[in-house]
Amino acid sequence: MTAAAAAGEQVPVLVGTGLRKAFGVNPALNGADLSLCGREIVAVMGPSGSGKSTLLHCLAGILRPDAGRVTYRGQELTELSDRDRSALRRQAFGFVFQFAQLVPELSCLQNVALPLRLGRIGRHQAEARARGWLERLEVADVAAKRPGETSGGQAQRVAVARALVTGPAVVFADEPTGALDSLNGERVMRLLVDACRQAGASVLVVTHEPRVAAYADREVIVRDGRSRSLEPAR
Amino acid sequence: MAIGETLLGLLETGPQHGYGLKRSYDTYFGRDRALDYGQVYSTLSRLLRDGLVTEDGVEAGSGPSRKRYAITAAGVTDVQRWLGTPEAPALYLQNTLYAKVVLALLSGRPAGDVLDAQRAAHLAEMRALTARKRDGDLTDQLICDHALFHLEADLRWLELTAARIDELAATVAAGAPAAKP
Repeated sequence: MTAAAAAGEQVPVLVGTGLRKAFGVNPALNGADLSLCGREIVAVMGPSGSGKSTLLHCLAGILRPDAGRVTYRGQELTELSDRDRSALRRQAFGFVFQFAQLVPELSCLQNVALPLRLGRIGRHQAEARARGWLERLEVADVAAKRPGETSGGQAQRVAVARALVTGPAVVFADEPTGALDSLNGERVMRLLVDACRQAGASVLVVTHEPRVAAYADREVIVRDGRSRSLEPAR
Repeated sequence: MAIGETLLGLLETGPQHGYGLKRSYDTYFGRDRALDYGQVYSTLSRLLRDGLVTEDGVEAGSGPSRKRYAITAAGVTDVQRWLGTPEAPALYLQNTLYAKVVLALLSGRPAGDVLDAQRAAHLAEMRALTARKRDGDLTDQLICDHALFHLEADLRWLELTAARIDELAATVAAGAPAAKP
């Protein structure tokens, strides 16, 4: 890697500072910070109920924090209208959840093409791009099937293809392997990381599995709603 | 690693000379630590003495190193017994890390930092193994997976201990060791 490329990768794309969020009287985030650089893969770990998913949702603009700031390429998310924030999410962010959350009535191909269709790209072009992503995720053979006709591992790889089809700058993955066995979980993670590295996307992956976190460049641990970045030992 | 039994097991596939045995061993099991010649020949002479292998001719152009060895019936029985005997599960009850956490608490140092430093070191090692696994063949993958699962077990313990650190601090402060001496 050249020094210039390495320097380019040190530019933060997404920055959350002093994030607080409570649900009723229960504080989920207590002043959490997280910064994600271009092309960086960061694992967010922590015990159940520590606030790691809430942190991901705040950074992704799905939840509005009670206090603190989230900026994407210098633009503060909390200052955007709901509509603009939705548009940003659709254009710049990709999402992978624990359960693939595909639309059951659509074929896998149509599921992957859906974000492009919502962005008003014609069906032919959208499906051609979707097919390319299904191939990269090694699930081209399920293109015509509905999600219910696929295995958990296949469905999750379709979900990764759907997350990447729009060329997002940041992919948010919330326990992407949580519903899979070790072998399928590893395969999903390897393909997710390889695809994101090739596409130049940053990844924020919430996981409680150290073997999944080991695919990341760096770990952030969340305890009691506060985050702490653990630098790799050198 | 039980070198004697492993070499016997390799000889079960057919007679080999010492150098060939070393290469077979290194290919399957010695990726991280190759077997040295001295160990191969000292092990073979022990197996020979115990009647588990026998000399099976000398290859052309021979020196002492070109002697071929074959497994005996007693050797096969030995391999069979070894494969059928489970390895004793490692219990890891003498735990330096646990001692460090308790001593940090006793001395008023931040025990959470001890846990987090170890956590970072473990994850760095896991990242290195994951990278090696991604570029490796099935042998590499399975060897790395074995190490990864063990490191993961340590990390789960670190997480559990971090979650119970206040409880442990109270136990330590009360002067009652959390574990019986």
